[in-house]
Amino acid sequence: MTEPRKTPLYDLHVEMGGKMVDFAGWMMPVNYGDGVAAEHKQCREKAALFDVSHMGQVSLHGENIAQKLETLCPSSFTTLPAGKARYTFFTNPEGGIMDDLIVSAAEDHFFLVVNASMRLQDVAHLRSLELEVREIDRSLIAIQGPSAEAVVAAHAPMVTSLKFMETASFDLMGHECRISRLGYTGEDGFEISLPNAQAIEITRAFLAHPELAPAGLGARDSLRLEAGLCLYGNDIDNSTSPVEANLTWAMQKKRREQGGFPGAGRILRELANGPGRRLVGIKPEGRAPARRGVEVADMAGNIIGSITSGGFGPSFEGPVSMGYVATACAAPGTGVNLLIRGKNHPATIIKLPFVAQNYKR
Amino acid sequence: MAIYYTEEHEWIDVEGDTATLGITKHAAEALGEVVFVELQEAGETYDKDDEIGVVESVKAASELYAPLAMEIIEANTALEETPRAVNEDPEGNAWFYKIKISDPAELESLLDINAYKALIA
Repeated sequence: MTEPRKTPLYDLHVEMGGKMVDFAGWMMPVNYGDGVAAEHKQCREKAALFDVSHMGQVSLHGENIAQKLETLCPSSFTTLPAGKARYTFFTNPEGGIMDDLIVSAAEDHFFLVVNASMRLQDVAHLRSLELEVREIDRSLIAIQGPSAEAVVAAHAPMVTSLKFMETASFDLMGHECRISRLGYTGEDGFEISLPNAQAIEITRAFLAHPELAPAGLGARDSLRLEAGLCLYGNDIDNSTSPVEANLTWAMQKKRREQGGFPGAGRILRELANGPGRRLVGIKPEGRAPARRGVEVADMAGNIIGSITSGGFGPSFEGPVSMGYVATACAAPGTGVNLLIRGKNHPATIIKLPFVAQNYKR
Repeated sequence: MAIYYTEEHEWIDVEGDTATLGITKHAAEALGEVVFVELQEAGETYDKDDEIGVVESVKAASELYAPLAMEIIEANTALEETPRAVNEDPEGNAWFYKIKISDPAELESLLDINAYKALIA
């Protein structure tokens, strides 16, 4: 194993009391002094700052980028106007998900953000296209929460013109930065791609705002779980299809009708006939959190699935889980049992998310 | 009387052949905000290293083990209602069990305060 890498904000995390852990080969803060629950609530109530510089930033250059990218993903990019971003995923020939990512259309190129742990795979995959693939060595921060607009607009007033899933290049304290109105918390917010040399200076300037405080990976995970957002490697992976994972909203109509992406056979068949299992929200009735790997049983005791992500939701004020269950048991309101440490714990299938999303559309 | 500690970050406050058992402040801080506690019932007997409960924080679940052969006299069921107490007063009000020690000789295998301090230093 090689030494974990440090993001350009590493020294700032340590200075702010970040508890640093190795995550996907990067030293990242899991939380700061106030702890996961306080950081989680900070994001839901005011605004939280996350360092997501470990994620892979890639740009695509060349002719017919949208058409070429559509050969790897089941979303439409030919209809994506410049200045808009779209959630999508790379599918494999078996209809599973190789990674999920955000694709943004810029005037003359495309900008992609992929998961840290999948960056090498994804870059190699993109290089199969006849395009120039540039890995972008810049920092990435996310500012999320109801006060995020005020925090970011204090330094880039024009961001108020962006709506959810819109992106543009802005001057931020004299430096050109890409700012996108999106995130991974269920709250309104922005992701900002910054030059490494100014990352600490710009981040400090944002943190001077009284409504903003830093948050670590712990809060990032509990926020996305309450918001019903999938974590690659947990809730979706090479074996799960977008239909099973309820991600078909990311497949625009033309692609569902015409196919032309890896794994279209299985994915279109599941769209027509329904999948055998579905990713659902699962609300334990008691206080015991049901974490990844916990088995789910129907009321007759048959195992019908398992938890893929689970923990405690500080805003939901109770345990929250997601997992796959047999389609027959996937309707909201269905009662199930969770087998935690050998005992049955009653739970209910719910419609995700646990906490309503709060985007500025 | 004497307070003993374990490498699993539990404390055992001994009085004669009974004791009070909990997790250390160090353990509570490392766990982060405790959101769930599951305890066993009074009257149950356990061998050393048997699982005797579960403490879950926002970050992870961790098991509680019997530091020696023991019988549970009383479980602090208030913790199941207010798990947060484990963070607030882990070495005081947030004790987990009152126990009866089956074999006092086993106390010799536990750590004293200095050995425990050295362990977490």
